[in-house]
Amino acid sequence: MRDKQIEDLKDYKYGFSTDIESFKAPKGLNEDVIKFISNIKKEPKWLLDWRLKAFERLKVLKEPDWQKPKYPKIDYQDLYYYSAPKSFKDKPKSLDELDPKLLETYQKLGIPLNEQKRLNGIAVDAVFDSVSVATTFKETLTKQGIIFCSISEAVQKHPELVKKYLGTVIPLTDHFFATLNSAVFTDGSFVYIPPGVRCPMELSTYFRINASDTGQFERTLIIADKGSYVSYLEGCTAPMRDENQLHAANVELIALDDAEIKYSTVQNWYPGDKDGKGGIYNFVTKRGLCKGKNSKISWTQVETGSAITWKYPSCILKGDNSIGEFYSIAITNNHQKADTGTKMIHLGKNTKSKIISKGISAGFSDMTYRGLVDISPKATNSNNFTQCDSLLMGNKCGAHTVPYIKNKNSDSNIAHEATTSKISEEQLHYCQQRGLNPEEAVGLIVNGFCKEVLQQLPMEFAVEAQKLVGISLEGSVG
Amino acid sequence: MEEQLKIDFEKKLKDFSYSEQEKKFKQTNFKEFLKQGFPNRKLENWKFSDLNQIIKSNIGELTFYNDYKKENQIDKIELINDLEHNKLIIIDGKIEKIDFKFEEKDKIEVLVEQGEETIKENINSLINLNNAFSNKFCKVIIKKNYSLIKPLVIYHSTNKNTQSKNTNLRIDFKLEENACLRLIDIFKDNSEKNFLNIYYNFELDKSSILKNYKIDKSMNNNVKYSYNNVKQQANSISETFILSSGSKFLKNEINCDLQGQHSSAFVNGIFDLDEENHHEIKSNINHLVENTKSYQLVKSVLEKKSKAVYQGKIFVSSEAQKTDGYQLSNAILLSENSEFNAKPELEIYADDVKCSHGSSSGSLDENSIFYLMSRGLNYKEAKKLLINGFLLDVIEKITDEEIKNLIKNLLGIKE
Repeated sequence: MRDKQIEDLKDYKYGFSTDIESFKAPKGLNEDVIKFISNIKKEPKWLLDWRLKAFERLKVLKEPDWQKPKYPKIDYQDLYYYSAPKSFKDKPKSLDELDPKLLETYQKLGIPLNEQKRLNGIAVDAVFDSVSVATTFKETLTKQGIIFCSISEAVQKHPELVKKYLGTVIPLTDHFFATLNSAVFTDGSFVYIPPGVRCPMELSTYFRINASDTGQFERTLIIADKGSYVSYLEGCTAPMRDENQLHAANVELIALDDAEIKYSTVQNWYPGDKDGKGGIYNFVTKRGLCKGKNSKISWTQVETGSAITWKYPSCILKGDNSIGEFYSIAITNNHQKADTGTKMIHLGKNTKSKIISKGISAGFSDMTYRGLVDISPKATNSNNFTQCDSLLMGNKCGAHTVPYIKNKNSDSNIAHEATTSKISEEQLHYCQQRGLNPEEAVGLIVNGFCKEVLQQLPMEFAVEAQKLVGISLEGSVG
Repeated sequence: MEEQLKIDFEKKLKDFSYSEQEKKFKQTNFKEFLKQGFPNRKLENWKFSDLNQIIKSNIGELTFYNDYKKENQIDKIELINDLEHNKLIIIDGKIEKIDFKFEEKDKIEVLVEQGEETIKENINSLINLNNAFSNKFCKVIIKKNYSLIKPLVIYHSTNKNTQSKNTNLRIDFKLEENACLRLIDIFKDNSEKNFLNIYYNFELDKSSILKNYKIDKSMNNNVKYSYNNVKQQANSISETFILSSGSKFLKNEINCDLQGQHSSAFVNGIFDLDEENHHEIKSNINHLVENTKSYQLVKSVLEKKSKAVYQGKIFVSSEAQKTDGYQLSNAILLSENSEFNAKPELEIYADDVKCSHGSSSGSLDENSIFYLMSRGLNYKEAKKLLINGFLLDVIEKITDEEIKNLIKNLLGIKE
């Protein structure tokens, strides 16, 4: 019985593909496609111009190549940049109008989209191949003045907010993938929390790449106005496919005076099969700006999926007394590769940042922590603490730590520590002696290793993440 | 610059009667340097120190030709008095004097003017520059089972009228089985605005011990780069200590290949910087086989507009199980304008290892100063005492008592 369960878990649990006809833009990357996307979404002219400007810039930019995991060159002309389920052309008004197959998909994923699961208290904005499917809990949120909708809807209904904040954290002229996203982004979530409001529930998005050959380019924008608080969850899955798929999202967070944003990710994209074939290229740009005084941004991520993960959720600590936090677990198995970490840029006085990163690599995988802590000359009395630990299982995998530490202020302190080790024989022996099998023992020890980060996750996610940690390492012992 | 390089290189080739093979070697290296030029910040290893820019702003136009036929006066160089030692005196990249008067003659072999070029791998463009322009090759061989009685001091000096010049030096050392060498490098800068490029190659046979102390203390306006390439066989030990202080710019690069089991490498350094000095230590410790060990400790005290960079890398190959690697860097920033950058890097492919690194930077602890001042010290004394204590940690790592005392005197630390 147990063996069967493990067998079930070993295969990628979310590797089913939903059979829904997709509505795609023509293949390739050019001005017409951008105009097509903009047109179909009925965007105002300023946004189209903005996209085109990004596209101009993109022509000059080169794909970066300094990262550790190398990948075969991506042909950007051979991708679909827009894909929407066809039955969506006329957007459904309520859940009942949704394609039952879609609902089924979400049910398999365990997303609390329907009525009864509303009790779970999560408002979900599900993104299915770039178009926002349905948004629940809207009413409760609207009452408090919270805007939680897809970014295309926000462009229509709240253009002033979008125009004011879009691209202020990740500018048009940033690096290659961010600029690519600016040019062709399709959908994503938009959150605005008005001054003084504490968002009563955890907001959540589930991303899912369905159609093959599509890149998924979401754009998420979260604005926490003065004195507000929001916790946002993001989960990702993708069906199994042989070819590699590109996911280049941009996430921008803006925290004004006294505001706090907590952003949690559980990333479980399809990692490719045991021989490293297929899987998602997860090249995401995530950046938070602590714009106001006493603001706080906290990133928590559990990265278990994707063939290649390449991302650095960052905090720009501009406001005085602002705080940036980064908690990360990255697990790579088989032929997965991850190059992840964070950037903490201290600009304001009395700013604090904390980085806890746990990397686990098994099989033939490669894990890199790459981080930057930069304290500028004006950031008096700032503080940083960094801890990154790596765990290796087997001698075919690698674990690397590449921190960049820059201190230009004499009143500021930076402390960094890192260790690399393996699970000790004593620990394993102890657990097995008490009746656990080797895999359970490793699971238990790894969960203990990750505890500091898992604690940061909201309840609903913590349970899922713990299971994921176990699933990801199946087959790596013995 | 390119014009100047070509002219100087032609002159250089005419000066000596190089064999065809040597000529070819020099030309290939020269071409490679022409192609790459001085390293700039676009290269990962030079991210924090843009040498191209530093040379431009501190020296301006460089010339590369040195007349090695000319005799230099060596009596002007101040020698170390309180320590008996063997001497190797270098002026403008030319070896002027080799003196092993304390040693048994047949235990040490010095090969000069022999055209053997061993290193062909491409390390960086500065090594190419060195290979192209350095004077004839010099190799020091310490014979089996011989320990030098007194340390060898290499004086790096420049002529008074040498200016805006690039000088290159390359020396190879071979320590045969069970040999031991204590080596001190001291800079005596008589002139300003030169670029010194030094390249050492060490081969450490089984159970040999190398202790290299690099001392850059006196204030000067020169730009320097030093590269140590160490290859270690089983049970060998290398200890490198760097006191980085006086020059305008100094980058010490240590590359250590631990090729034999139970070999170990120690790299310790002190940055004691003032004014606008900009110094860097870059280490690469490559653990290639089982049971090897490395230990690195770097401490910095930074005044005024100075800038220190520490890039330390521990590489562990998949064969190198049971590796023990440790790396720590601490910095005290004493002025608003000083800057400390660190990039402690781990690249690990074996699972049964113990590797860790730590890095911290910040200001002097106000509480400690308060404690000392409440006991009657003035602010200056309190500060001095704390800094000395901070640096003493590194100095205590020096395993040679004589040299430890010499360095303590240089830094003005009394016990």
